[in-house]
Amino acid sequence: MKPAPFDYVVPATIEEALEHLDRGAGDATILAGGQTLMPLLALRMSTPGIIIDINRIPELQGLSRGEGATRMAPMTRQNVALASSDLATALPMLTRALSHVGHFQTRNRGTVGGSISLGEPAAELPATAVALGAEIEAHSLNGSRRIPAEEFYIGPYATVLEPDELVTAIHFPDWAKGSITVFHEVARRPGDFALVGLVGAITLDQGRIARVGLAWFGMGPTPIKSAQAEAALMGQDPASIDWKELAAMAVSETDPFEDHSASADYRRSVGRSIFARTLPGALNQGAKA
Amino acid sequence: MSDHAIALTVNGRQFTEQVEARLTLGDFLREKLGYTGVHMACEHGVCGACTVVVDGLAVRSCLMFAVQADGAEITTVEGVAAPDGTLNPVQQAMRECHALQCGFCTPGVVMTLTSLTEGGNKPDEKTLLQAMSGHLCRCTGYQGIRKAIKQLAAGETA
Ligand code: FES
Ligand code: FES
Repeated sequence: MKPAPFDYVVPATIEEALEHLDRGAGDATILAGGQTLMPLLALRMSTPGIIIDINRIPELQGLSRGEGATRMAPMTRQNVALASSDLATALPMLTRALSHVGHFQTRNRGTVGGSISLGEPAAELPATAVALGAEIEAHSLNGSRRIPAEEFYIGPYATVLEPDELVTAIHFPDWAKGSITVFHEVARRPGDFALVGLVGAITLDQGRIARVGLAWFGMGPTPIKSAQAEAALMGQDPASIDWKELAAMAVSETDPFEDHSASADYRRSVGRSIFARTLPGALNQGAKA
Repeated sequence: MSDHAIALTVNGRQFTEQVEARLTLGDFLREKLGYTGVHMACEHGVCGACTVVVDGLAVRSCLMFAVQADGAEITTVEGVAAPDGTLNPVQQAMRECHALQCGFCTPGVVMTLTSLTEGGNKPDEKTLLQAMSGHLCRCTGYQGIRKAIKQLAAGETA
């Protein structure tokens, strides 16, 4: 359970980090909070030649509210984001998801950007980024780009990020005040990765669904946007929805796997139940609030 | 494979050491500095036995490299009691409530609870219990730990 040897560098600026990444040419790994990477190193599932520690780059810390969006610097610690009252007001869905990430002790070091860039398929934050329509900003020495979260993930721990790119911000668009939080996670113990999870947001306008974003986690090789269910919900009056039918449609968009804790069928069955229960429940509560 | 010089404070004492990059903070504290109260069990972030306080925050010392602690202030379980051996309120509550059996998970539990209750902080019972999800006790002595937390939250020891 000891990591294989590697070279360690600790840049002080984004520019310096990018130079290291460029020079590392695929043999370098970014160390953010380390709460997912360190176990992979200890188990020697990851054996990079160079580790670039971005914990001492001040520009990569903190969150700020801007025009129509919240900008999350990637090294914002999960517990810092969770404690932010600005975030709880602007994006209660994200605050809710954060409260389910790991444990108190791992959230003290774990970062929002680290979780989002690694892309563990059963983790809360990548799916939340997909559901809420976040954009991931990445820099390399050749420039920068913004990648919609729903196009970012291509497999377990695999993203469209190039080896020389560094995530420098995550932009979460605003959701109208009063938008409803959808969140349900089934895990074996609190703090474990989800067996099945559903996250999202719904905005009502005069009793009808005017905007909706939904994504599954633990239900496939990547977080999965429930695009068909979203389309079916748009413009609807929640009272007239057949939730069972819609839940079946939403689950048909997923691609769950079998592992030691659950079969794919079990995951589908749990997915249908939590969808059919969580959405009407959240909408009811939202209507009362 | 790089070596690095680090300077840090552990339980109020200053150290300057040379460390290999891949050495975890937990192994460093135990093996280089002799703080054997830092218990290493799973060594991949699952159990919480290795929890120490780094710059005021409870973290898993198997999920951090020693080189990352350059400049940090660290407290291990050896550093929480008064110099004359008087237990801190967490240790006292755990003692009174029989909150340990073999004691392997105990230093981690003490460090999490100490970090949350130090400096006049009075988190409620629920907050303390939730933080316990980050600790496994193989002796399954959870009832004693719960009792100690109840007592701590009620402020009966201080
Ligand atoms: S030894 Fe660090 S969490 Fe188990
Ligand atoms: S007291 Fe033995 S592991 Fe907790």
